Formats: sequence, structure tokens, C-alpha cells
Amino acid sequence: MAERRVATKAAWYLGLLIIFAGAMWVPFYNRLEPRLFGVPFFYWFQFSWIIVTAIATALAYKARL
Amino acid sequence: MNWQALSVFIVLFAFVTVLGFYAARWRRGDLNSIDEWGLGGRRFGTVVTWFLLGGDLYTAYTFIAVPALVFGRGAIGFFAVPYTLLVFPFVFIVFPRLWSVARRHGYVTAADFVRGRFDSRLLGLLIAITGILATLPYIALQLVGIQVVIAAMGFDGTGLVGDLPLIIAFLILAAYTYTSGLRAPAMIAIVKDLLIYLTVIVAVIVIPMHLGGYGAIFDAIPTDKLLLAPPGGDSFGAYTAYATLAFGSALALFLYPHSVTGLLSASSRKAIKRNMALLPAYSLVLALIALLGYMAFASGVQHMPEYAPYFDRYGPNFAVPALFLHELPDWFAGLGFAAIAIGALVPAAIMSIAAANLFTRNIYREYLRPDCSDRHEAGTAKFVSLLVKVGALAFIVFLPSEYAIQLQLLGGIWIIQTLPAIVLGLYTRWLHRWALVGGWLAGMVAGTGMAAAQHFSSSIYPLEVGGFTVAGYAALYSLAMNLAVSVVLTFAFRFVGAHHGADATASEDYDEDIPRLA
Repeated sequence: MAERRVATKAAWYLGLLIIFAGAMWVPFYNRLEPRLFGVPFFYWFQFSWIIVTAIATALAYKARL
Repeated sequence: MNWQALSVFIVLFAFVTVLGFYAARWRRGDLNSIDEWGLGGRRFGTVVTWFLLGGDLYTAYTFIAVPALVFGRGAIGFFAVPYTLLVFPFVFIVFPRLWSVARRHGYVTAADFVRGRFDSRLLGLLIAITGILATLPYIALQLVGIQVVIAAMGFDGTGLVGDLPLIIAFLILAAYTYTSGLRAPAMIAIVKDLLIYLTVIVAVIVIPMHLGGYGAIFDAIPTDKLLLAPPGGDSFGAYTAYATLAFGSALALFLYPHSVTGLLSASSRKAIKRNMALLPAYSLVLALIALLGYMAFASGVQHMPEYAPYFDRYGPNFAVPALFLHELPDWFAGLGFAAIAIGALVPAAIMSIAAANLFTRNIYREYLRPDCSDRHEAGTAKFVSLLVKVGALAFIVFLPSEYAIQLQLLGGIWIIQTLPAIVLGLYTRWLHRWALVGGWLAGMVAGTGMAAAQHFSSSIYPLEVGGFTVAGYAALYSLAMNLAVSVVLTFAFRFVGAHHGADATASEDYDEDIPRLA
């Protein structure tokens, strides 16, 4: 059981790491297109990444990390 | 004088003043103990902690400075978004450990923890001094926020008379912080956050309607401002600056004493973890606030003669006030200004309490009066919180506000030097206590030197690596230096067999949900 818990924990940390990487990988989102309702990609991507992070953290909380 | 805005402002300000004094009776406790006065009795549940931390971390200066940066420099100012986004997962993983160990051992400050963990009074003292040094200019900056909105309502007197509204506001704040302690900002934070949410939601709906929608706003911004400068022949452009600013600021945020105070006042580990999933709501608001900078730019307030004298005096910091005055009805602008001013009071109160806790616990009781009673300790903390606020006030009234801005910039570089002792200390005692002192010193000197090389006007340091320029946040560079020195010295001290000291904590202290009281 204990080993499984450790594995779950590691999986969650990995997920949070991907979130980090997404936020830090500037070359990926430093672009204007595609726009969303006239908003350049740079802005709407970072907006939506906030929501992704919030959901991931909430799931980690639910999983009693 | 803008009477409509001013009336709304005064009514709201009077309301929170009453709340501030009333807070002393809320969840009544013995305010003559530092645990009650300085940490609200560690009794705040998820909801109050959410408002308190939100009110604490998203300061008035944030609301003025972030859109000002976006207004003046464009995309780089948006770094505040990845910054606040990185903070919460990081805190979620690391800081519940600090809460547990502090609860178990009755630690009030991070310096208390470091002193116990590494058995080093000196290291505790250095952590405390760093915290105080980083906090003082931060308090002064809150005053800059109030100054700008007071000016926007038409108080443009100069000299001491011009600063009178600011002085009155701050003295009131000092009085209720003295009597009510952390309960005052906790209660006021609820009003503050509701006002901020209301202002921002209305602003981001109404203003784009005037300006022809978001598409039109972005179309009005020059393309080179909309994106970060891409990497060129011998540099990474603004990419590394953007990413390191976000990452470094995220690492630094919860090392600030006022963040630790907010965190330790939570009633349970669960309340903190839950908050890390709920606090991103503020990140969304911050992202919207950043966009206000573009709205101000698109509305053309910078070219309007009626605002020119203010832009001359406050620079881009006047962008948001000008936008509100120009695009919103006067009474609503007053509500927005009240939100910003009250948004300055909450963090200023918590910061002064945090600085007072540090001074009292880690300098006064540790070095000056080891035999002092709990009552005397709380009394000293209250007095110091007054002193700190008067000092910040004098700083802003008598010195140019650029000094506060430059010092706050240095504060970020300084506070991150406490990371090895605090954050790594939560996991391991492998680093030697004296090595941590050496690392701290190296980081402080290197970081201050990098900021000085930029004439204290920017915290971005252009690191040259083999003819290639990597512009990055000086705090992160100096932290790397700190860590490197700490590791090397740890090997050295281990090699000569220098004594480690005794750990006052046990490994199970870090994971308990409702720890026993020591």
C-alpha cells in the first residue's frame, strides 16, 4: 500500500511539474496567433493556464497529496 | 476636487476603520500574548485565510504597478501571471511542513524555525534581519499606492499639507493594528477583496465596451509591445528575463515575513492546502488588472492634457487612476480608489505585524531581554509595529518615492537568500549551519552588487556567458551563488568535523495535521 501511495504522489508531482514547465516555456506562447476573440495567443494562453493550474492543484488536494 | 469620488472613498474608509477597531472583539482572545495579537490565535479557517492571504499578497502596489508596467513596457509586465501561477503549487508542496512544525513548537516566525532546526542563534538573527529589511520598503510602497489615488481625487497640494490625507490614513491604521493585531487586517481583507473583485469585474466589462471590445484594445497596442523581444544573435532576448522573473518571484513570495504570518495564522494544514487550490482566483483577477494597463494605453489617457501633470509626477503609475477617472462614473472611480487604498492598508498592517514579530522574537527576546514575560513580549511587538509604520510614513513623506521602489526591488533579491535555510531546512539538515551563513552572505553581496551594477533601476542582470547575454532576475542568479557556496562550505565544515548543533525538531513534526502542542 505504502509503495502505491508513493507512486501516486510521484505522479502528482510530475503533473505539477508539467504545469510549471508550461508556464516557463516562453518560446511556446510568445506569439500573436491564433487569436481568441481578438486576444493574442500570448495573453489567452496564460489566462487559461491559470485555470489549468487551479484545477490541477484542486485535484492534488482531493487526492490528499 | 472630485467630490463624488471623495465621498464614496471617505464612507468606505470610515467603514473599515470601525471594522478595524471592532476586530479586537472578534474570536476573542488574550491580545496580550504574541500568538493572539500577531497570529490571530492561529484560528483562521479556509475562508478567512483565503481573504487574508489574498489581501496580503495582492497589494495596492500590485494593482498600481503591474498595469503601469504593462502600460509602459508591454508584455514583460505580464510576468506577474506566470509568477502567481507558479506560487501556489510550490507552496502547496512545501509550506504545509512549515505550518506543522511551527504549530508543534510554537514558532511565530520563520526565523524561530531556522534557529530551532539548525541550533544557531546567528542564523536565526540573519533570517530575521533579512525579513525586516525586505519588509520595510514594501510597507513604504503601499503608501505610494495610497498617494497616487489620493492625488487622483484632486488633492494636489504639495509638502506636508499635500501628504496630510496620507498621514491621517496611516495613523488610523497604526492605531487599530496596535489594538487588534492580525484580526484587524483579517477582517478588513474581506471588505478589501470584495471591493477589488467588484471594481475589476465592472472595469473589465464596462471599459472594453467603451473602447470597442478586446480586439480593438489589442489592435491599439504597437506589435513590439504585445510580445517579448525574441532571442537574437547573441542573447535570449526577453525570454530568460520573463521566465526567471516569474520563477524567482514565485520562490521569494512565501519567504516574505507577511506571507509566513498569514500562513501560520491558519487553523489547519488542510486550510492551507485548500487555499492553494482556491487562491488562483486572485491570479485571474491579477491577469485582468494587468490588462487594465493596455486599456489605459488604448483609451489614450497619456495624451490628455488634464492628466499630464499627474503623469509627470507619478509616471506610468497614474495609468490606472487616469483610466478610472476617464472611463467610469465619478462615484465608481471613488469605489475603485477606495479598493486600492484599503488594499494598501491590509498588507501594510500584516507586514508591520510580521516585522514586529521578527524583531520581538528573534532580536529583542533572543539577544536583549531573554527573561521577558509573554505579556512584555506582546507589548514590545505592538510598540514596534507602530514604530515600523511611522518609519515607513516618514520615508515616503520626506524622501523621493524612487528610493522605496529601488529598495523594494533589492528586498526581493535579499529575501530569496533565506530560501536555503527555510525551504531546504524543511526537508533536510544536510547543509551545515555555518555554511548557510556563508551562502547567505555570498548571495546578499552578489545580489546587491548585480542590482548596483544596474544603478538599482532594474533587477534584471545581463549575465555574460562566453559572449552570449543571458538576461535574468538577479535574485535567481544570486540564489544560485548562495546555494553553491552553501554546498561547498558544507563539505568543508564536514571535512574539518565542525559541530552540527542539535535539531530541536523531529521528522514527524513536519507532516502532522493537528499536531500536539509542545
